[in-house]
Amino acid sequence: MKIEILGVGCAKCHKLEEMVREVVKKEGVSADISKVEDFKKIMAYGVMTTPALVVNGEVKAAGKIPSEDQIKGWIKG
Amino acid sequence: MAECCGGGSKLIYSCAGSADVGEIADRVTRKLRDEGFAKMTCLAGVGAGLSGYVQSAKGADEVITIDGCATACARKSLERIGVHPTSYILTDFGLEKHETPVTDQIVAEVLEKIKKNAGFSAASPRMTDGGCCGV
Repeated sequence: MKIEILGVGCAKCHKLEEMVREVVKKEGVSADISKVEDFKKIMAYGVMTTPALVVNGEVKAAGKIPSEDQIKGWIKG
Repeated sequence: MAECCGGGSKLIYSCAGSADVGEIADRVTRKLRDEGFAKMTCLAGVGAGLSGYVQSAKGADEVITIDGCATACARKSLERIGVHPTSYILTDFGLEKHETPVTDQIVAEVLEKIKKNAGFSAASPRMTDGGCCGV
């Protein structure tokens, strides 16, 4: 599973990355987690507001921090 | 550019339809973007169901649509994904579909009406490119 956190370094972006890493660890899921800070790469997803979360190439959330349960659902779904 | 942290994010969409009023809607929307009223993004991306566009619309604090006519394709495209935008329809401003020349003057007049309606002035906060939470 490939998980990307899109954001250029703001507090909410860091918070989302922490949450994702924690949920992945807790759920024992094997995932390649990366942070994307390059605006061009972020824009290539059509994302206009960050932080954003991308799971296997699909943007699941943008402009907000999703709940832990939502993150769990996306990585286990 | 992407707006960081989602704080105060305002996105604007134009129907950009083929009729004269659709073209005016597009030109007005671009001018609103250029003046910092909101960030403009692609309605086609929403219509195509591309996840980045759909989630950006859902995650924005405010969404605005500029439609040329009462068919309101932009507004309805957003409503289909559960987003209820502030909607401006140019025929409501007195423009007639297929009867309105696309001129700089008409674009400027419509622009001013929308800005007045939205309470946007030179002193209003701007949606600017780049930047991140003051960093």
